[in-house]
Formats: sequence, structure tokens, C-alpha cells
Amino acid sequence: MAVTLDQTIAQKQHTFLSRMFSSQTFWVVIAVILACVFLSFATDAFATSKNLYNITRNVTFVAIVALGMTFVIITGGIDLSVGSVLCLCSMVLAVTMHAGYSIEIGILASVVTALVIGGFNGVLIAYLGFPPFVVTLGMLSIARSLAMVASNNTVVFQFGPDHDKLLALGGGAWVFGIANPVLYMIILALITGFILRWTKFGRHIFAIGGNEHAATLTGVPVKQIKVAVYMISALSAGIAGIIQTGWLGAVTTNLGTGMELQVIAATVIGGANLAGGVGTAFGAIVGAALIEVIRNSLGLLGINAFWQGTFIGGAILLAVLFDRIRNFRRSD
Amino acid sequence: MAVLELTNISKHFGAIQAVNDVSLAIEPGQVVGLMGDNGAGKSTLVKMIAGNFPPSHGTMRMDDRELILHKPAEARQHGIEIVHQDLALCNNLTAAANVYLGRELRRGVGPFRILDYAAMYKRAGQLFAELKSETRPRDLVKQMSGGQRQAVAIARTMLSQAKIVLMDEPTAAISVRQVAEVLNLIRHLRDQGIAVVLISHRMPDVFDVADRVIVMRRGRKVADKQIASSSPEEVTGLITGAIEQAA
Repeated sequence: MAVTLDQTIAQKQHTFLSRMFSSQTFWVVIAVILACVFLSFATDAFATSKNLYNITRNVTFVAIVALGMTFVIITGGIDLSVGSVLCLCSMVLAVTMHAGYSIEIGILASVVTALVIGGFNGVLIAYLGFPPFVVTLGMLSIARSLAMVASNNTVVFQFGPDHDKLLALGGGAWVFGIANPVLYMIILALITGFILRWTKFGRHIFAIGGNEHAATLTGVPVKQIKVAVYMISALSAGIAGIIQTGWLGAVTTNLGTGMELQVIAATVIGGANLAGGVGTAFGAIVGAALIEVIRNSLGLLGINAFWQGTFIGGAILLAVLFDRIRNFRRSD
Repeated sequence: MAVLELTNISKHFGAIQAVNDVSLAIEPGQVVGLMGDNGAGKSTLVKMIAGNFPPSHGTMRMDDRELILHKPAEARQHGIEIVHQDLALCNNLTAAANVYLGRELRRGVGPFRILDYAAMYKRAGQLFAELKSETRPRDLVKQMSGGQRQAVAIARTMLSQAKIVLMDEPTAAISVRQVAEVLNLIRHLRDQGIAVVLISHRMPDVFDVADRVIVMRRGRKVADKQIASSSPEEVTGLITGAIEQAA
């Protein structure tokens, strides 16, 4: 039987399964599951509810920021300032509440700070053509310094009249004993996934990462979208900062130091491509989870903590190696 | 009646006179080959029609109304579609996503509107079928051949009721078989009554598919004649300057 043109056009080249097996995220999920199964048998301490509670909660801060970073990385940009922005937003919240304002005003001040910083980064990058690396590197320095200025480099651990509300917000477990930060992470991941897959904005983000010139020529508002993604990234850092403040119950000016590298590592392990055009919300979460499981397991297995960096670095290289192997096969 | 009419169009960038006093009219359903050496002013002319920048002098009229363009999006609203030389495709997106780039279909109400994947796949598939191109809407553009990529870029121009399609070097850097495909796509557009301006260096393509040829040299129009009454030798002479002005 001859194959007609219509049949050829209607044909789906990839089934759901083939697509899944060819995705880096899928293999990272497998790695996380295997690691968890192995650790459950190898150590008594891993599969306890206390340890799992700790792991899930530790994952969330990196994961939430990684969700925002995913937007930036899909456009082909990078945001190195997230760790410092997290610290600054925590500090703005802490200082505002310490001064006697309510938690609502504290959170509002914190969110506005994040959006202003993200907008500043975005405008320099999109409208003035600064390289994202340089702008956000500068902001990394500026935001942390502002946090020191805001707090006079002290530790803030008293949050005024709404002190208990803030601690409950970050440290509580309101639904089924799941730590609150985990709930926030899940909600934010669902929102991120929805935006990336189902909205015009999400589609345009991928287009910019794939071919910015083409996006411009076809009428995509490239500059506005770029500003928006840096605002989203800063906002995610701000949200993580607010939650982390409530969880820790104290803010120091070295909060989130070096976090940008963990966040970028999480997105890359989860399948995002630093060259742009590729990335998922689920990948960001899974990447963050793999990093945390590695860290946790090294401790439980009694391996010297100095080895942590080696294992996490190895995981980054391994994840990207899979991607390279797939590309080699395709180009043959 | 001409779909697009340029009258005494000039463009200078500082002291450089890129396009000098060019007048021309393009009829519906006509394929016009626009030829000239590098720097002859072809691209500048096309960019003015595409709305990238306004002419320094002269007027453009479309369907007998004056046409003033401030940006490319306005040209598109007037039914002027461009197929860019590099095709302006995103490799990481599907064929359908590329066809609809910048004018995605959505469903839902008010602010709650989501991308309508099904409708975009369906319409893109119809367009590829119309173009007789074996291009699957769900495939990533990354994996496509040069001819398929051309089909995606051309399908874009068929989304709305285009009146005129400008194609910038569509047959450069693709294989012989794909060139034949692209020329067929051009004929297909013409058969639908769309005017096509084909900017090309390739003499055989222009003589194969065009009804008329316009030759530019150093910013001036030096020839504008029916393909039937010209020859590749004459056009080559006009492009290089061996022949000063068409007879």
C-alpha cells in the first residue's frame, strides 16, 4: 500500500516511551530512585521518616531557586546573583519585621526587593545588551553588600509581633505532616511547568533560547520577556529566602553563599542546557533532589564530607555526558 | 491593479546611497526575480518593504493606499510576509511551533488561555499537505532537511492572507533536489494569487520560476522585463555592468 502524503504528515515519529527514554531527566530520576533504594538497604538511618523529612526540606530551597533559574537558562542566560538576592530578601524581611511591621508588610517588602533587582538585571541585559554573566556577577556582589548594609552585618533572630507566624510559615507542616517548604516547592513547580508548557510566554522563552534572532524577526517581544525571566529568577530567590528565614528562625549575611552554583548544577543535572532552549520544571526539582541525596548519603555512609564536592561535580559531568552521548548518536 | 507599487524610492545611510530612485509595481500572482550583485541594494529595498526601516524618499502604495511601516509587525498586518535568508527557525521547537511563532493559537477565556496544541498541529499539517511537503508538524526542526525547513518557513507566510511574499535567497545552500522543492513551493504560492518576490543569485532558479526579472546595480534599477523577452546572458551583463541598461 502506498503511503500518502497525509499519512506521512500525520505520523508521530516519537512515542511517549521513546521520548521518555531519550530524556536526561528520566535517567536522573532513575539514578535518584536507585540511590534511595541502595541507601535504604545499606544504612539503617536513610529510610527513617526523620531523615526523609530532612532531605525533602533541604531540597526545597535549592529547588525553588532552580525553578526560577530554569526560565533564565532556557532563554540562554544565566543568573549568578540568586544566592545574594536570597540573602538580601531574607534580610529585608527580617529587618522590616524586626522593626515592628507585620509579616504581610515584611513579605511585600521582600518581594518588591526581589522584583526590583530582577528588573534591574533584566533591563541591563535586554535593553543595554550587557552580558548576563557580568550583570548578575555584579549583582551577586551588590546584593550581598546591601544585605550587610541593611542589617549592619548582624544576625537577626527576632521578628517582631509576627515572629511566630513567620516561623510557622517556614517551619510548620500544615498538610499531612509534609514540611511546608516542600508544599511550596510542589506548588511552584506545578506553576512553572504549566507556564513553560501551556502559555505563549513559555513558548516564547523557548524560542528565544533556540534562536533569539528568529524570535525577534517573528515578532516575539524578546526584550520584555528577557526582563521578565530575570524578574522571575530573582522572585524565586526571594520566595526561597522568605521561606528559609521562617525555617531557620534567624538570618545571617552569609545566607545563600555559593548557592548559585548549586542551583545551576541542579538545573543542568535535571536536563537544562546552558546554551539555551532546553529545560523543564521537573528536571530542576530532580536535579536538586539528586544533589541532596548524594550529600545526605555520603554522611550516612560515613564518607568524609570533604568528598562531597567530588561526588556532586561527578554527577554534573555524568549527567551532561549522557546528553553528549545522545547527541553523538544523533549526528552519526 | 498592482498589489504593491513603489514610486521613486531612495534610501541613504549617511553618505552612502543604498537605493536610488527605484520605481516598480508588482501584480498579484506574479513571481518577480530580484537580482543584482552584492551591494546592489536588493536587501535594502526588501527591508524597506518588510518594515525594517523607512525609505528616505519616495512612497510605497499597497492596493492603492499609501503604505507607511514603522516595524516588521505592521508589514505583516498588511499582508506582507518575509521568508528570511536564514529562515528564522528555532531548532529546539517543533515544525508547528515554528509556523505559529509569534502568533500562537490559544483557547480558553479571558486571562486563562492556554496554547491550543491540537489546532496548531492540525493547521500546520494542512499547510504542509498543501505545500506537498513531507513535513511532520510534531517533529523538531533540528532534525529536518533543508527542503523541509524551507517548507516550515513558507508555511508561516500562509497562515494569514498574505498578499505578497518576499523570499531572500531561498535556494542558497541547499541541495539540487531541495531547490526543486522550493521552486514548487513558490509556484504553489503564485497559483493562490500571491505575489512572490524572489531575491536570488541563482540565474537558473529565476529563469525557471519567475515571470519577470528586475535587475539592480549600484542602487539603481537597470532592468525590469518579462523573463520571456530576456536571457541569462543579458541579465548577467546587466548585473555586472557589461550592459548599461536593458533594451
